[in-house]
Amino acid sequence: MEPASRLDHNYELTIKDFPYIVRWRDDRCKRCGRCTAVCPMLSIEPAVVVKRSVSSEGPVPQPRVSRSTATVVRQTSDISRYCTGCGTCTLVCPNDAIEPEYNPQHKFIFHKNRGGHPYRRGGRRNDPEPGTLDRLKFTRISMLTDPALDAGRHEFRIRTYLGRILPPDELPLKVVDGRLEVDRTSADFIPPVREIYPVMIGSMSIGALSPTMWEGLAMGITYLNEVEGMPVVMCSGEGGMPARLLKSRFIKYFILQIASGYFGWDEIVRAIPHMVEDPCAIEIKYGQGAKPGDGGLLMAHKVLRLIAEIRGVPMGVDLPSPPTHQTKYSIEESVAKMIQSMSMAWGFRVPVYPKISGSRTARAVLNNLVRNPYAAALSIDGEDGGTGAAYNVSMDKMGHPIASNLRECYLDLVKQGKQNELPLIAAGGVGKKGNLAANSAALFMLGASAVSIGKYIMQAAAGCLGDEYNRCNICNIGKCPRGITTQDPRLYRRLDPDNVAERVVEVFKALDVELKKIFAPMGRSTELPIGMSDGISADDPAVAERLEISYAC
Amino acid sequence: MCRLSAITSSEYISPMENILALETMKEGHDGSGMGLILKDLGGEFEELKDYPILSGICSKDGLHALDSYMDGLGFQLKYTWTPKIKPVKGIERRDYYFARVYEYPDEYREKDTEEKESLLLSTRIALRRMGEADESIIVFSFYPDIITLKEVGDPLQLGEFFGLDNSTLKARIILAQGRQNTNYAINLYACHPFFIQGYGSMTNGENTAFVPIREFLMSRGFPGYMGYNSDSEVFTHILHYTCRRLGYPMTYYKDVITPLKASEIETRPDSEAVNFLRISLRPLCIDGPNCVIGFTPDGTCFMVQDSKKLRPGVVGGVKGKYALMSEECGLDKAIPDRERSNDIFPMKYDMVVVSPGAEEVKVWNQLQGWTTTMS
Ligand code: SF4
Ligand code: SF4
Repeated sequence: MEPASRLDHNYELTIKDFPYIVRWRDDRCKRCGRCTAVCPMLSIEPAVVVKRSVSSEGPVPQPRVSRSTATVVRQTSDISRYCTGCGTCTLVCPNDAIEPEYNPQHKFIFHKNRGGHPYRRGGRRNDPEPGTLDRLKFTRISMLTDPALDAGRHEFRIRTYLGRILPPDELPLKVVDGRLEVDRTSADFIPPVREIYPVMIGSMSIGALSPTMWEGLAMGITYLNEVEGMPVVMCSGEGGMPARLLKSRFIKYFILQIASGYFGWDEIVRAIPHMVEDPCAIEIKYGQGAKPGDGGLLMAHKVLRLIAEIRGVPMGVDLPSPPTHQTKYSIEESVAKMIQSMSMAWGFRVPVYPKISGSRTARAVLNNLVRNPYAAALSIDGEDGGTGAAYNVSMDKMGHPIASNLRECYLDLVKQGKQNELPLIAAGGVGKKGNLAANSAALFMLGASAVSIGKYIMQAAAGCLGDEYNRCNICNIGKCPRGITTQDPRLYRRLDPDNVAERVVEVFKALDVELKKIFAPMGRSTELPIGMSDGISADDPAVAERLEISYAC
Repeated sequence: MCRLSAITSSEYISPMENILALETMKEGHDGSGMGLILKDLGGEFEELKDYPILSGICSKDGLHALDSYMDGLGFQLKYTWTPKIKPVKGIERRDYYFARVYEYPDEYREKDTEEKESLLLSTRIALRRMGEADESIIVFSFYPDIITLKEVGDPLQLGEFFGLDNSTLKARIILAQGRQNTNYAINLYACHPFFIQGYGSMTNGENTAFVPIREFLMSRGFPGYMGYNSDSEVFTHILHYTCRRLGYPMTYYKDVITPLKASEIETRPDSEAVNFLRISLRPLCIDGPNCVIGFTPDGTCFMVQDSKKLRPGVVGGVKGKYALMSEECGLDKAIPDRERSNDIFPMKYDMVVVSPGAEEVKVWNQLQGWTTTMS
């Protein structure tokens, strides 16, 4: 006898278990097949169904049964082909006949572990609630006590420094004839310092990003620097850079990242003698906010020829970076050594700083770096940071929000009087709800010298579809429907690097105006309001207390 | 916006001159207080220039506490000046206003100036802490050749209240400020001018970068960088930090509080050094509308503006007497017989410097160096 489960489909998930339900309208669909062709997950498929209709004519019921076959678009209940809600089907449908709809009752996470493999994905922490940064307001308005500044007319200096800054009493200066001069007899080390725009594009590798996306970002920041005079910089992420960029004069707009897999560094080291400019800085990645304690991961299907060349690896193999630097067994010894060796590679002309994931131990790292005169900054990446690939559990449950982590580090520096010596770079969820300028300004006022963005620029400049309802978030499988995080030429040629570059420029120009709109009424224009904690209030007393700012309701 | 009136003169002058000038700028202050600093004192103080003067206000109990504390440290009272108080309606009289001259404790007499100065500083801070909770002791300065007077009320009425019109109290440099209260509760410690170890200043404006500056100063490990009941007190301390602690020439004060842009710095002969200052002293960059008037220990007076020149401010006078005022009407009142066309209105890059003894006025420009001279 046939088992009951075959008859009642009990072995299958119901569509209601899925996070997105595809609403397809028979009446509008013209059966062109575009949606099923474009769906990155193969979640929808054309199907042929038999329709049975019963009709009757005349005053007395005389049922007549007719059968016909029809083509439909059907959503699969195979969990490996779940609908991500990306909406690419909607995008290509000429008749508005198809659309994914979020299903808040889904049970996806209960089932997405087939074969004993935990759910892995890309994207961000799936928490749609506004983060702390979006609960802060700028409440210190100077309009009545004094004339406010005019964001449109006055000059604003929105710049920051990247690099270890000497305390004033250690500057190699002497007074000669009533004028300060640099004391050339001093043999003290003067650390390199860069003046940059305080919002930078954080580490996203070529590999994680498609060539068109990366190129677009790189062109955008180059334009910002060379044409708009805005010194926006961008971090390479782990995995190196094309040799021709390394050897070009544009390298000064880039921060090179070295991470635990050291991918791409053979090529970088070989390029050093041929470099015509120094890179902006070197970032040593120890951790990432989205997946603390987890190494980088580039899945085999993204390791195509270009990536293999840049990284110096064979094509088509998984490229996991270890969770930690294998040479590291203590922060005192090996972090210091690593900072020093990287500094030495460029003759101590390039700032070298570590990046860690937000953590309750961040202060321990900070205090160690404070004592290391070669440490150029500390970048802290909070739990709302993004990633190209990680375990869902790491993304959703590991890590520390950036706001309080940054604040406690800053206040620690203040206690030691070193708040201007070791710049703090904050990242992880900046612009999560689209409020890039407000989130950045709030972080400056909490003590950040600079902020780093990733997801925001992907969304704003390339239309990344991901969100905190787990929409899309398939950056790990090489099928990014926007062509942002894929190495498949059929996908990435959807993305025009010129358009990306143009959007990057627009985003930063608009950001600059918005920052002025925040700073002007607060009476700040001459320097970035780092640590101006009297400027902000939280809408929750507990948050206010934790951040040592005021509470406003 | 507060009103500022500073006069530097080769002759001793009465603080009434400053007060009358403030009176002409009356619509700008709300009578919420006045502060006076007198430097280079005349009259009975002329003979006492080497001895520290403690200026402040005490209650009766506070006075006992103060006396026993000063005795305990070995300070001997040499001379006391108290104003002849004339009750004025609206001014609440406190028990005891004083400027007391002390002889240093025996073991300090032979010590160098620096050690003496830190003793004076720590004593002042200790007294301030003793009396802060119940306002039984309020001390403004403890330093040789400096007297500070502060009280809540209208400047002209306060002049009358303290009997300054008939007083022998005179000095060569006098800073006076009529307050426009924007600091919520009126606190005498929030009243300008402020003074620390030979450096004094007052400001009209709002220092929007106050919190980071305060945090920076307070974390320098110097006990005198405290208080900050007013956002303007940091201007005095930045001056002290720049000139005294770091040992930079005074003109660099302007580069510290209103740093130039990188492209502007390139044009300076000392560009490398100024660039270091811009980066290392970034937290001391002021913001908001501010005109700062101050003096340094040698008797140099100056006026600087914020980096956008959002406040008025004018310097003018005749050789031997110059006034630095927030409004021109104040200058007209203080020194009517002067060549008005020579008045200097410092702009955003300028620092007007009046040399000791009101000999000459020069303008230091951050981009051009020394420019205008008036003597
Ligand atoms: S929303 Fe995306 S994943 Fe879902 S069916 Fe449409 S194209 Fe496929
Ligand atoms: S659009 Fe691309 S980058 Fe954005 S979430 Fe989807 S796969 Fe990731």
